[in-house]
Amino acid sequence: MKLRVLYFARLRERFGLADEALDFAGSTAADLIAHLQTRGGVWAEELAAGRAFRVAINQDIVTLDAPLADNAEVAIFPPVTGG
Amino acid sequence: MKTIVQTAAFNLGAEVNAMSQGRTDIGAIASFVGLARDVNDGSGVQAMTLEHYPGMTEKALLALVEEARSRWTLLDVTLIHRVGRLLPGDPIVLVAVASQHRGEAFAACEFIMDALKTRVPFWKKEETPQGERWVEARASDDAAAARWDES
Repeated sequence: MKLRVLYFARLRERFGLADEALDFAGSTAADLIAHLQTRGGVWAEELAAGRAFRVAINQDIVTLDAPLADNAEVAIFPPVTGG
Repeated sequence: MKTIVQTAAFNLGAEVNAMSQGRTDIGAIASFVGLARDVNDGSGVQAMTLEHYPGMTEKALLALVEEARSRWTLLDVTLIHRVGRLLPGDPIVLVAVASQHRGEAFAACEFIMDALKTRVPFWKKEETPQGERWVEARASDDAAAARWDES
């Protein structure tokens, strides 16, 4: 499936990337995280188990078992700090 | 109901006056304004920049107001959050809630702020004498938001 993946705040800076188009074979948010971890380096470090980050699919925050659909907009970002 | 993300400053008095203008059914307006501090985590803060997720931010703010309206009988809500670079003393966020009686206005105002702190995609980056740093989320904010799940 084709995904658009967005990164924000500290993760955008660490990855050096604000967004990308991905052709992806998995089915859940967890699969996507596992795929990104295989890039190694800061990707493996920031997305490791136990690290605090959030995933949104089509602009709703989800848990990692959430299913992905073709053309979904996925965002990965640190816990929010507004207010 | 009004939810806005903007770079410009806002005026609490003007916003509150606008809520009650031309109507006489409101008995209570509770409001909260959050300001940029000049100190955080033990060091001085010279400025901060607020980043957000355009699109999701607006949806999430609206969802907070809708959830507050489903929990309490509210006559009006104004929710404004700024983005961009802010200096110490600058206003960041405004919540104003109008209802018939004070209890609902107080509760809904506090709920909206607690939920905003954990659910709406804003991030603060501070400029300090030691350099720039991203503000870390606080466990106390998660605890404050979780209180509303139990009631």
